[in-house]
Amino acid sequence: MIPKAETAHWIAASVALLIGLLLIAEAIVGPEIFRRRTWRAYLFPSVVVASSVGLWIIVVFSTFSTMHLLAHALWAQAALVAGAVQLAVVRGKLKSPSWSLVPGFALLVSGLAFLVHEQNPWLYSRSAFLHHAIGWMLVVVALFPLGQALRPRQVVWRAGFALTFVLLAILLFADRDAAPIFGRYGLGGGP
Amino acid sequence: MNSEYATSIPREEAQEPAVRRSWRTLAIQLLGPLTIVGGIVWAVAQPYRIVLLDRAGQGIYDYLFQAPLLVVLVGIAFTFCIAPGLVEDLEAEELRDTEG
Repeated sequence: MIPKAETAHWIAASVALLIGLLLIAEAIVGPEIFRRRTWRAYLFPSVVVASSVGLWIIVVFSTFSTMHLLAHALWAQAALVAGAVQLAVVRGKLKSPSWSLVPGFALLVSGLAFLVHEQNPWLYSRSAFLHHAIGWMLVVVALFPLGQALRPRQVVWRAGFALTFVLLAILLFADRDAAPIFGRYGLGGGP
Repeated sequence: MNSEYATSIPREEAQEPAVRRSWRTLAIQLLGPLTIVGGIVWAVAQPYRIVLLDRAGQGIYDYLFQAPLLVVLVGIAFTFCIAPGLVEDLEAEELRDTEG
């Protein structure tokens, strides 16, 4: 009994929203206070690693399309690497701010995977629209971890990185298996 | 003495000084509730997203995972599991800064 694609996307959106809230909270209070309790320090990387496991499960079941299978595998791998690096940062094994480049690279690769595996134009369907929107968003926001690596003390990079996940959640929540692109406001398009 | 007219003198209780919360504390406390409100507003705006209100042809996953309710759930989780400890640590830090 496999859930519909939109259901899986809403679950992913919930995880992204939770990650977004955690990162916003960390940006507000600062990493020192946020990581004062060990469980809280490990929460973000653990959720990312857990989400990568979820993505691998989707890879196993998404046998309907090779492109989707490869794209989900790439996102799963990107999340796993980013989560693992973040775990090592929290643990104190990795200390250089340059390790922020890893999540940045993961976002960039994920965005490119969105863009490459969507073969239809923006307004073909809601799914196509969201693929393009999420893809370009991830490519652009990959600059935030880059900024974190170069100027780790500036809050703007951390805040931008956090808001990325909230925006990602909004776009994933907007996904429907069958719906006009902009709902009742027109631009019909296919399913 | 008639107690209807002569009441006891109200005891002046030492009142705790008003605690002024910092914007950071307030922001952390508002994050969860704002998310919950967002989910509720979404549910009101698109009631057909709530399967309980429109049951025709729905499966088990549709009942388990209803998008606006997931948003509310995330907000509740943050409000009750993350925010209280974070506010506690933040206030302790701010108190330490004030005293130090």
